[in-house]
Amino acid sequence: MIHQYRNNGYNIVLDVNSGSVHVVDEVSYEVIRLLDQGADEGGILAELSGTWPEAELKEAYRECMQLKEAGVLFTDDVYEEAVLDFKARPTVVKALCLHIAHDCNLACKYCFAEEGEYHGRRALMSFEVGKLALDYLIAHSGSRRNLEVDFFGGEPLMNWQVVKDLVAYGREQEKKFDKNFRFTLTTNGVLLNDEIMEFCNREMANVVLSLDGRKEVHDRMRPFRSGQGSYDLVVPKFQKFVASRGNSRYYVRGTFTHYNLDFAKDVLHYADLGFTELSMEPVVAPADADYAIREEDLPRIMEEYDSLAGAMVEREKQGKGFRFFHFMIDLTGGPCVYKRMSGCGSGTEYLAVTPWGDFYPCHQFVGEEKFLLGNVYDGIVRNDIVDEFKCCNVYTKPKCRDCFARYYCSGGCAANSYHFHGTINDAYDIGCELQRKRVECAIMIKAALADQGIAESDSAGNLEDLPHC
Amino acid sequence: MKHIKTLNTRTLQNTLKKGGCGECQTSCQSACKTSCTVGNQVCENKK
Repeated sequence: MIHQYRNNGYNIVLDVNSGSVHVVDEVSYEVIRLLDQGADEGGILAELSGTWPEAELKEAYRECMQLKEAGVLFTDDVYEEAVLDFKARPTVVKALCLHIAHDCNLACKYCFAEEGEYHGRRALMSFEVGKLALDYLIAHSGSRRNLEVDFFGGEPLMNWQVVKDLVAYGREQEKKFDKNFRFTLTTNGVLLNDEIMEFCNREMANVVLSLDGRKEVHDRMRPFRSGQGSYDLVVPKFQKFVASRGNSRYYVRGTFTHYNLDFAKDVLHYADLGFTELSMEPVVAPADADYAIREEDLPRIMEEYDSLAGAMVEREKQGKGFRFFHFMIDLTGGPCVYKRMSGCGSGTEYLAVTPWGDFYPCHQFVGEEKFLLGNVYDGIVRNDIVDEFKCCNVYTKPKCRDCFARYYCSGGCAANSYHFHGTINDAYDIGCELQRKRVECAIMIKAALADQGIAESDSAGNLEDLPHC
Repeated sequence: MKHIKTLNTRTLQNTLKKGGCGECQTSCQSACKTSCTVGNQVCENKK
């Protein structure tokens, strides 16, 4: 299976099953299109000889055949059996999302947690519950050494002492059990102060800082309960925080909605504020929400991704490059195919823990009683649900089978699928459209930077004459 | 090649042999929390 497209002046061919990327000229673009339709050399010459000289066509055809023989063009999907074996293995837990506070000091209009309450009551996680969660993680992590714990909310800084105590507890335990905790924190920034920054710089492998972009965009969706905007308070704190951790190990992360379909401006605004590690996600909302992204918004969003990708190439040229989470693609050292096929790990490797110790498959399922898996006291009691998640992969989702982006999203978000289609084995269609576009843009950026000989901060692919295996 | 330039990529088939150690980051633990993205994850085996 191949995917071919034109973007920003480049003709790009992705060989889906090998992950190989080819930048091709016009004649070979057409030759590949016909080869994909099953044409042979004779058929290609018959169809295209009115447009291109026969010698050119034959040469392009020959190059395609060389790539095919080298296993980087028109390769077969040889992974399905491997993923079934892989998924059949006993799973271990390697990541927890600790809902340290089901409470929030902001009232963001799109919050899936409903101001932190997750369709439930306001609550803070006790140290005791958090400790049991970490114990559970260690006990069920098998031989995995790297264990991830995200302090999430609501707003986790509203329960800061427990965060600190759990980090201290984790550091003690990791020595005993030869584990390595990678703690992360997601915060709206309201309560950030010097002491918290210093602690996070020492202990948190990554921090995610919530900011939606331009002041008017941010303040519209991220007000305090009083209605006042939070931009002016949090931006200086984020700038100080990021500088204090050496401008690394963070993401400034925002959400765009129907109200800022020109979100590339917001991403560039982050960069203008001095941030370089950026993420901007489309809101996922009930279809009837006024801010929800609608099908008719898609063409505008696609243009915006193109515009952002073009701007990124330009800024990189000017030495003012930044990284955009969804355009980051590691062509030379990315994840193995098992990871790419087997999904995000929700419900199996990854669990969310509520303030009172309940386990859910992930943060997006918290409050959906149907998906309550167990708790820190009794462990997992609904192995039937875990098994359902375990079986979920790109081959169990009919929509993924014919999708070129399947090895870049690994089947998409189970929660989105459930919320839109009532099953975790479907896919959220708008999300899929956007994902495909982002993969196209990400690959184009690699092609453009390689073509223009610009070194990228995270090692751009190099254009070579021969395929690399 | 005259018509086709190939970007330097890690061929996915080759990762079948040594892959699957599971030490890599859980995709939703990084910056997204809503969309599942694995293409940009780092392989812990290559470090």
